Amino acid sequence: MTYVIAGSCIKDDVCIEVCPVDCIHPKPGDPDFETAEQLYIDPEICIDCDACVEVCPVDAIFADHETPSKYDYALDLNAQFFAERAASP
Amino acid sequence: MSASGPRPRVAIVGAGPAGAFAAAHLLAGTGGPEVDLFERLPTPWGLLRGGVAPDHHEIKRLDRSFDRDVLDRPHCRFFGNVEVGTDISHSDLVRHYTAVVYAIGAQTDKSLGIPGEDLPGSLPATDFVGWYNGHPDRRELAPDLSGERAVVIGNGNVAADVARMLTLDAGELERTDVADHALEALRQSSIAEVVVLGRRGPAQAAFTSAELRELGHLDGVDLRIDPAEVELDPVSEEWLASEGTFTARRNLELLREFADRAPGPDATRRIELRFLRSPVEVLGSARVEGVKVRPNRIERDDDGSLRARPLDEEPEMIECGLLLRSVGYQAVPLPDVPFDERRYVLPNQLGRVFDPSSGETVPGVYAVGWIKRGPTGILGTNKRDAQETVACLEKDLEAGVLARPANPRREQIDGLLAETVPQMVTAEGWRSIDELERERGLREERPRVKLASLEELLSAGDTR
Repeated sequence: MTYVIAGSCIKDDVCIEVCPVDCIHPKPGDPDFETAEQLYIDPEICIDCDACVEVCPVDAIFADHETPSKYDYALDLNAQFFAERAASP
Repeated sequence: MSASGPRPRVAIVGAGPAGAFAAAHLLAGTGGPEVDLFERLPTPWGLLRGGVAPDHHEIKRLDRSFDRDVLDRPHCRFFGNVEVGTDISHSDLVRHYTAVVYAIGAQTDKSLGIPGEDLPGSLPATDFVGWYNGHPDRRELAPDLSGERAVVIGNGNVAADVARMLTLDAGELERTDVADHALEALRQSSIAEVVVLGRRGPAQAAFTSAELRELGHLDGVDLRIDPAEVELDPVSEEWLASEGTFTARRNLELLREFADRAPGPDATRRIELRFLRSPVEVLGSARVEGVKVRPNRIERDDDGSLRARPLDEEPEMIECGLLLRSVGYQAVPLPDVPFDERRYVLPNQLGRVFDPSSGETVPGVYAVGWIKRGPTGILGTNKRDAQETVACLEKDLEAGVLARPANPRREQIDGLLAETVPQMVTAEGWRSIDELERERGLREERPRVKLASLEELLSAGDTR
């Protein structure tokens, strides 16, 4: 299981601050931070601790099995962000 | 900051997201300054209330954080319905505060600079946004929704928002906090087609993929894209591979997926996206009847940036009864404060405002948000922006480089405001507006029912 960030993310970075395993990216200062339209959770690293959900001011983070149907795409999108990031030079 | 003596007092001008994040940072510790938040409207939170689309109610929940981190903090006051530059001046603020932070945003729209732009029926998209979001200045806008087709110029999220609002199912709309006057007008709307025109190509569209995806999944709405429109020219192909963002790649995938779809059988309205087209003239005698559009192609400039260049082809005419121009926001200068006429921002370094003629810092004057960096970024961008400005301000306070104002006591600014703004709305006034709107919303199963006239807002916000 993992948590996923949906399209209503506003890039408030409070989730990054509380994540104990550093699985939310891009981070302020990263080269792809300014152009990112939202933040993403790395499903390979997320430990389902719920800390980010608690602090998200716009309720944009969901457990993957509880993601509302309109955000069906979000799990794949979060994973894809990290796959493409790993592949880029 | 010294532990003894009265707290320094900071005025923040503009209670939008940038002003709110700046206030939250200043108020976060225990020994920080006192903050007075000035706002032209009776209500705080700027574009969170008046810009974010009503059906994006998750995002609007950020108001809970702003209430908690700003207005509910000790040492913070809200001065609503006070316009700096009109009701009180910049020099009044300088006389009463150790520091003044401008967070006034970009209050007008960029123009297209083409003939016919100001014909009735041709509106800045931002006015239309204010109208459906209950901005008291836009209540009387009365956009003409009697035609069958609307054209939206622009390819950013505001363009996507207005296209969506023009086609959203009434059942969905009435569960949002859309202003009642707009709900009524949109229910009666005859608009069946919205054509969205982008100057550049599909690879350069500025929509977030979240907004684009939404356009393709609206109940009762077909999103039409001619498959030929999403074939890339070689320049764009190369650009996407070398410089394209994660979002640009997703956008192109989505556009191709939508272009290949068969039209929905139950669709009653449609949105059509067309790229590489610029308006050259708005047509009509007494009001908008159509727009003349010329095709472009993408070229690389000498500096490597991409540019849409007009092709030497006959312009095409698209008939429409409503034209919404959404090509960006633009800031408005403030009396007595330096302004960069080229970049449309307050000239600043990391948020410290300087005088461009002398190059010297204007002590105690700061900028944050769009008036500091220009109208870019999303809500959260203002958080980092505010951190940067507040860090400078706190450093200056600590270093003791800011002069003590002539009238440093709270009672002195209060006295001036009592004289000049008899109908000021305080934090308590805002709470009573907020409560009333939410209560009305509860009865209609909506997040809130907005008070959308200045009169209603001032009366509900009058807590004296």
